[in-house]
Amino acid sequence: MRVSTNWLNEWVDHGLENQALADRLTMAGLEVDAIEGAAEDFSGVVVGEVISVEPHPNADKLNLCQVSDGNDTVPVVCGAPNVFKGMRAPFARVGAVLPGDFKIKKAKLRGEASQGMLCSAKELGLSEDAAGLMQLAGDAPVGTDLRDYLGLDDQIIEIDLTPNRGDCLGMIGVAREVGALTGKSVCRPPVGEVSQGGSEEIPVSVEDPADCPSYAGRVITGIDTRAESPVWLTERLRRAGLRPISPVVDVTNYVMLELGQPMHGFRLDAIQGGVTVRRGRQDEKITLLDEREVALDEDILVIADERGPIAMAGVMGGLGTAVEPDTEAVFLESACFSPTVIAGRARRFGLHTDASHRFERGVDPALQQRALDRATALIQSIAGGEAGPVTLAGSQPAEAAPIRLRRERLHAVLGFELEADQVTDMLQRLGLEVRADEAGWEAVPPSFRFDLAIEEDLIEEVVRIHGYDRVPVESLPSDVRPGEMPESRLALDQLRSLLVERGYQEAITYSFVPAETDRILSGGTEGQKLANPISQDLETMRTTLWSGLVGALRHNANRQQSRIRLFESGLRFIPQGSDIKQEPWVAGVAWGSAEPEQWDGRKRPVDFFDVKGDVEALLTAGGPRGLTFQADSHPALHPGQCARILVEGEKGGWIGRIHPQIADQLDVPADSYLFEIPLAVAAQGRLPAYRPVSRFPSVRRDLAFIVDESVPAAELVSAAREAAGEVLSEVRVFDVYQGKGVDSGRKSIALGLILQGSSRTLTDDDSDRVVQQVRELLETRLGATVRDQ
Amino acid sequence: MEDLERLSREAEAAIEAAEDLRQLDDIRVRYLGKKGELTALLKSLGKLPADERPAAGQAINKAKGEVQSRIEARKADLENAEIEARLKRESVDVTLPGRGQGRGGLHPVTRTLQRIEGIFRQAGFEVADGPEIEDEFHNFEALNIPEHHPARAMHDTFFVRPGEVLRTHTSPVQIRAMKDSRPPLRIIAPGRVYRCDSDVTHTPMFHQVEGLLVDSNVSMSHLKGILTDFLRAFFEKDLAVRFRPSYFPFTEPSAEVDMECVICGGEGCRVCSGTGWLEVLGCGMVHPEVFRHVNIDAEQWRGYAFGMGVERLAMLRYGVDDLRLFFENDLRFLGQFA
Ligand SMILES: [Zn+2]
Repeated sequence: MRVSTNWLNEWVDHGLENQALADRLTMAGLEVDAIEGAAEDFSGVVVGEVISVEPHPNADKLNLCQVSDGNDTVPVVCGAPNVFKGMRAPFARVGAVLPGDFKIKKAKLRGEASQGMLCSAKELGLSEDAAGLMQLAGDAPVGTDLRDYLGLDDQIIEIDLTPNRGDCLGMIGVAREVGALTGKSVCRPPVGEVSQGGSEEIPVSVEDPADCPSYAGRVITGIDTRAESPVWLTERLRRAGLRPISPVVDVTNYVMLELGQPMHGFRLDAIQGGVTVRRGRQDEKITLLDEREVALDEDILVIADERGPIAMAGVMGGLGTAVEPDTEAVFLESACFSPTVIAGRARRFGLHTDASHRFERGVDPALQQRALDRATALIQSIAGGEAGPVTLAGSQPAEAAPIRLRRERLHAVLGFELEADQVTDMLQRLGLEVRADEAGWEAVPPSFRFDLAIEEDLIEEVVRIHGYDRVPVESLPSDVRPGEMPESRLALDQLRSLLVERGYQEAITYSFVPAETDRILSGGTEGQKLANPISQDLETMRTTLWSGLVGALRHNANRQQSRIRLFESGLRFIPQGSDIKQEPWVAGVAWGSAEPEQWDGRKRPVDFFDVKGDVEALLTAGGPRGLTFQADSHPALHPGQCARILVEGEKGGWIGRIHPQIADQLDVPADSYLFEIPLAVAAQGRLPAYRPVSRFPSVRRDLAFIVDESVPAAELVSAAREAAGEVLSEVRVFDVYQGKGVDSGRKSIALGLILQGSSRTLTDDDSDRVVQQVRELLETRLGATVRDQ
Repeated sequence: MEDLERLSREAEAAIEAAEDLRQLDDIRVRYLGKKGELTALLKSLGKLPADERPAAGQAINKAKGEVQSRIEARKADLENAEIEARLKRESVDVTLPGRGQGRGGLHPVTRTLQRIEGIFRQAGFEVADGPEIEDEFHNFEALNIPEHHPARAMHDTFFVRPGEVLRTHTSPVQIRAMKDSRPPLRIIAPGRVYRCDSDVTHTPMFHQVEGLLVDSNVSMSHLKGILTDFLRAFFEKDLAVRFRPSYFPFTEPSAEVDMECVICGGEGCRVCSGTGWLEVLGCGMVHPEVFRHVNIDAEQWRGYAFGMGVERLAMLRYGVDDLRLFFENDLRFLGQFA
């Protein structure tokens, strides 16, 4: 809402400087975004009159004009196409200074003298409209300083209104608010004299008063089509960002700015029969003022005549009944439409109008006749005409119900006490009818404060007027109870720290990713698409965190990073039947050297086992657990370097090297390693349970087995455990060898068996027996032979 | 006796010439050992006349003692030298970089979140979370934002499937928390939120922290208290804080919270548009309509709620001037917050 301070000051004598006024409004919840001049700085510009126009002898697009500044007539070269003999326009005389410190000097343009400049509104910083010269009224007094003539020494306060304060979308609302805040009285704007000479009328009816509580209409005939809107009116429109068009349209716009009541004028001869406010019908269409044809339905409220819809109620009029420059007779509408039947409708058609903006937030339901009278009187004063009787429809606005405000509640919610008289006074200043009693207040809000309905609304009003800054600052009531602290669950922060300590940098990528990337990395899972993505690159909800991480990997690999380790935690969104499973996972990617560059020349690229070590650390952050890395295939991963992770037999995610073809497709380095683990699995901790420490010494027996190269080490280990039983406290894989001395297609895996008795020291015989059991099982089950030491 | 003197001189020279402990030990054996030359002199005492024996014995023992102490002195010297040599051999260039994996770092948003959570945890708040694909009931209706409400249009919502949106704020977690457990309640809900908007000052995804306290004796004064304390703790500065009336459908009274601009100290600068104030929080007393949606008796319980943008706080705290940097994941940027 743009508020002209000159205009505001006419109605309420608040006695504040503009900045102080703006601060007061901001602190009352009417946030001021900016204070700006009604016009940029310029001087030496007067109302000029074009005495004559002749083509420039040396230039096609220029004219040579004689321009009077009231005293002298001087030659001016002008390039605007809309210049004409007799036109009044802003004239910057020699010596004038235009916005941007642009000085006007005597000049010669293509050989012709030019002493001054005729200006467009844009050149004066008055609007963005640069189409041609700014045409002033035909009766504008030639020679008058333009700033005086237009009253430009005015400041505009731009208020960013919250949606609950629709009442302040008219100047009267802001004036009332300022009055309430400063305790100063507010002059109501005059209605003016309506001379009701006409008898023509259009019958009006409302199908459902819930949609339209009040509808007032009036016919005005015999309007002088040559009349022009007065400069004070067009200036107020311009300052609010509206373009003057014709007296009827200008007046309806002006009344909207003044009172907050959107109005509409229909061309009388285009209306057939009476006017009804009703819902649209399935097969109906209307061509709107913006020349678009839209299909209507039950959801849309329309104004219709006998033939069909002539306006989309509260949003935009129809083209067929639009007021034109030669329109002599109009039907004026001043209605109150229910916000519920207007809200969202304009948006549905990609529209946002001054009317829809107001009706969506609510309009004073008692204002319609008054606004209609105000508009009628203004039109008559500008362009004459005969006003017919007012035709009304809808239900009479019911008196607002009184709202109870309990003193006790007020004080409890605010945390401090206010004098009863103060509260009464504040509510009265806001226009409420107040009755105070022992326990509190009964208050009836005025019709324009349709946002007030419950006790909390009144509490807010009271503290708003009192001032939020006067609410005391208090500490929390201190009955803090200890929170939960589950020992068998790790906090995400602990897992993050672990990865950070292992060299990973945390990334946060968008949850929506390119569909193709996600499909490739998830191995064909179709992620959920957004109905309205911001771009094609961000259209699918990720089904794997890798989809975002590979983007971050690519970004950094393309920027001379030689070592990249990234991780991210967050939700994956997996469509499952009619559901979308949203589960937190943690994922990582590693590429480049295994360690930061060292001075001792050891340098090797990161490999599967570096990343596996990180994953093992992550999965055992909460204590030792049975981890299995099962060779498996995943469409995104290298078939020879890919494992499914099992944690105590449960699914625990994936680890592997990116598949070379996919690396190629996604333009990331082929020697990158990925892992992804469900957070719930990683976050599992354990509650330690004490077991007595064995008092007996342990024995280590080392054995190297030769097996087929396809036999996984983990199978040797688990077979060894099975064969040895409880006495085997630990197995270590301490060497893996292929090459000289081992047949091709075979490999040697050396196991260290740590044996320990729980009730006695093991003898050599005991140990030999265990080793023999292990050898036998590995031989029969895995074809393992013991390598000669 | 000239033997004794000669042997003493010889031993002395040999001791001086000994280059290491082994040589020195050989010398000791040669002169002082059981079959050593000085020991042999002692054994030959018997050949002397009885009256000469005591004096000769004394002289030999004295010579032995001298040789012994020379050996010990030389031994100490050699040991010192050996230690010196070893220490020298073992010294390293301590200025060479340390070895190891190197350390990664947390994302600045996480770092900021941890800070916010830490401060509120101290005040007894627990962390809660909720889904990011949210239903319209939790994201809007239950928060008193009915369909077509102008506040909905202001949210630039991403739509997923009919009735589902990407949550536009963390406020729906309030609703879930109040449905899941009965008051008294103290929760904060950090997380990702989404708005269909992307330009220099907006990213389509960002982070918020929502806070909710429901108790029997809560007032607006407490709300002012906790948020003032929070901002001062977060910025570690005794900042001026002001509360302005505002409007959120799910709180009443509602407020926006401005703090003294941390860039200019309230003098007015580009960051605060010359006002000296920065808008950092939205808050208010829980609206009775919200309590109604979760079956909490608004007569018995009152509450306050607040919400803040995490990136904005991170930018102000760490001096980051471009929001988009947070989601580029450039290591040169992220590494600065390690
Ligand atoms: Zn500043």
